[in-house]
Amino acid sequence: MSPYDLAAANTNHVPDWVGDGKEFPCKIAPNRRPTLQRGSQTVTIKDMSESAIHFDEMLDHEDGRRSPYQRYGAWFDEQPLNHLAKKSADAEVFFRRTGITFNVYGQQQAEERLIPFDIVPRIISAHEWSLLTNGIEQRVRAINAFLEDIYHRREILKAGRVPKQLIADNEAWLPQMVGVKPPGGVYTHIVGIDLVRTGENEFFVLEDNARTPSGVSYMLENRETMLHMFPELFSRNRVRKVSNYPSLLRRSLQACIPKRCDEKPVVAVLTPGIHNSAYFEHSFLAEQMGVELVEGHDLRVTDGRIAMRTTQGYRHIDVLYRRIDDEYLDPLTFNPDSVLGVPGIMDVYRSEGITIANAPGTGIADDKAIYSYMPDIVEFYTGEKALLKNVETWRCSEAESLSYVMEHLDELVVKEVHGSGGYGMLVGPAASKKEIEAFRAKLKAKPSNYIAQPTLALSTVPILTEKGLAPRHVDLRPFVLVSPNGIDITPGGLTRVALQEGSLVVNSSQGGGTKDTWVLRE
Amino acid sequence: MLGKTAGGLYWMFRYLERGENTARLVDAGLHIALTHAQSEDDQWDSLLETTEARRQFEASGRIADRQNVLEFLLSDRSNPSSVLSCFHAARTNARLVRTAITREVWESVNETWLTLNEALSRPIIVSELPDLLALIRRQNSLVRGALHGTMLRNDTYDFCRLGSAVERADNTSRILDVKYYVLLPTAIPVGSPFDNVQWESVLRSVSGQRAYRWLHGTDVSASGIADFLIFDTRMPRSLMFSLRETTDLLASLETAYAMTVESHAMAKRQMDVLDGQSVKQVIETGLHEFLQSFRQDNASRAVQIEQDFRF
Repeated sequence: MSPYDLAAANTNHVPDWVGDGKEFPCKIAPNRRPTLQRGSQTVTIKDMSESAIHFDEMLDHEDGRRSPYQRYGAWFDEQPLNHLAKKSADAEVFFRRTGITFNVYGQQQAEERLIPFDIVPRIISAHEWSLLTNGIEQRVRAINAFLEDIYHRREILKAGRVPKQLIADNEAWLPQMVGVKPPGGVYTHIVGIDLVRTGENEFFVLEDNARTPSGVSYMLENRETMLHMFPELFSRNRVRKVSNYPSLLRRSLQACIPKRCDEKPVVAVLTPGIHNSAYFEHSFLAEQMGVELVEGHDLRVTDGRIAMRTTQGYRHIDVLYRRIDDEYLDPLTFNPDSVLGVPGIMDVYRSEGITIANAPGTGIADDKAIYSYMPDIVEFYTGEKALLKNVETWRCSEAESLSYVMEHLDELVVKEVHGSGGYGMLVGPAASKKEIEAFRAKLKAKPSNYIAQPTLALSTVPILTEKGLAPRHVDLRPFVLVSPNGIDITPGGLTRVALQEGSLVVNSSQGGGTKDTWVLRE
Repeated sequence: MLGKTAGGLYWMFRYLERGENTARLVDAGLHIALTHAQSEDDQWDSLLETTEARRQFEASGRIADRQNVLEFLLSDRSNPSSVLSCFHAARTNARLVRTAITREVWESVNETWLTLNEALSRPIIVSELPDLLALIRRQNSLVRGALHGTMLRNDTYDFCRLGSAVERADNTSRILDVKYYVLLPTAIPVGSPFDNVQWESVLRSVSGQRAYRWLHGTDVSASGIADFLIFDTRMPRSLMFSLRETTDLLASLETAYAMTVESHAMAKRQMDVLDGQSVKQVIETGLHEFLQSFRQDNASRAVQIEQDFRF
């Protein structure tokens, strides 16, 4: 029986997937409960072994559904399961025909894969959303102030709140950006903040994505798909719309004009090309904004500006939304072997002939080694306590932390400082002894390459399975636009869901799926 | 528009046209093979000749029998001109230019690829072939329809049609070239049954049987067919039609861009040469030589187009 079956929920206060032999893999033994050692902010991680209950966003403890899900739940109760199963299959056809595909690295067979889409929306109340947006806005402001500071006056280093060495030794810190003022004073035009939830009002920032966060096309296409398949749901629920994201993005990019631009600014999206895993998103955003999608070989420097090769000769570009990493941006400045970038673009940038979004060198703000200092960073620049919590983090570069991590590998999540996409990480509670020992060797060899965090009791949201609704762990990536005129957070975001029962890994490259994310009106 | 985008549109439609024409050729070949068993092997051989794929086919060490040739032309991924490869290339180009085409055009190309990829991944069975070939033509019509019905009539549209026109001129001239010997009055006595079969196959390859009969009744002659496929501007797959379309499109691009391009001048010169000739002259001076030189001109114009518009 599904825990979302109301009758079941009313009789058993505990959802029935708990204690039925399918133990949650991330249980932390009570005698080894992690204590907080780092950061200026105290975070209590619930001891999961005591109750082994994960906060479920649809169900409450008492007698049914949490309020954001009530209308949806009533609608759901009226739907025959086979009808929903058919809709689910329709959605897949819809995605395939539209070509919303994802290239997976390291798998030759599956060159283009669909990210599984679950048709049950993740619903966030207006109140929850306002809590989140206040915290996100504060954090994004701090990130931009931090970037401006470490590339200019370096006050935070002088004040000793962030170790100098951490910046100096970091590959994401670009000396070429020292003293450079990005057009409009904006460093991170687009930010994706990854959040997880553990309780009613318990949200944690898992990661700040300040380089080139992806996934926004899925936020938009997931909504499009839901509107197409279940129009009646949107007349029953007051869901805030996400569809104006592309026009806001364009407006926000056009608000950061480089000095040399004297007419209406021309925007373009720079993609590594058709074989990149996120190519669909690049072309989608260019199409939705009504701007050109360019590759490095379409561009060159002319008259101290960047120009694209058109059927009528070279035409200037003023704002480049680049979806390639810093390293590949300019072979004359960074990786000399890069063919994806534009030779000389950094010179043009420094002489204010082009706006690059996000600015080069923003990676230093979302680096996993910096992450643990975020509460200090927020406080330093905003003068306020951080509204959104950080997950407790052990920096393996520090001897004391390293020895703690070594002793508790079976209960921690260990991540590479510079890794992304869920690769090269260890989920202790889910790993075999052999895997743990193999990882221990890697950790020992280069401790500064890793950080460790406790396994959080991530919230669950139901997905549709053959047998009805079933809980699965989720995270949330809202998308933030920063322009000189202010910060704009699209009410929604990308909800990623670990489709395997009990799994905590939501990355699309590792079998995660997505959901439409609803933010309700007041 | 980006030069790369213009190139992507142009090549997308060249590949669609090529894939469709190969399917038409196979259809004509199949028709003859099924109705005239004695000439079957020749038929498959001449298909390889037409698509200029014989060398590659022979390198693979296979025998030119029905099954091998069919698979090579339709579904062989290692043959860059197979129908499957053409539609894959068309779809790859469509992905490249997604920002320039309407959602309907993109979806029609994408769906065409998904449909044909599935259909052509199964073993080719002769009894199912007519349906398969009809499916290929129908899918391509879907793309053409989406293009016609939803695209702005600007340079984007012109580059798409330019790709079709250039490719079609090339393909029709190849179809004629392979059969040129049967159109020569001395090769085989006119009016023999074999002769008729070959004529029929030429017309069928360009879906021109009915059109020809409308215009000429049952008066089927070698020079009549050559005239029809070279000079008749009412026939959308004739050389003259394709050339005229190419010239018009290049003129339209010149106007839109307020510039002159060499490829347009080349196309006009070719038109003038063709205009001054009759089918009688062409056959007397050598149909094969004529077609070869036409194809060379078409190819060098295609190169010029890529330069003119910075693909």
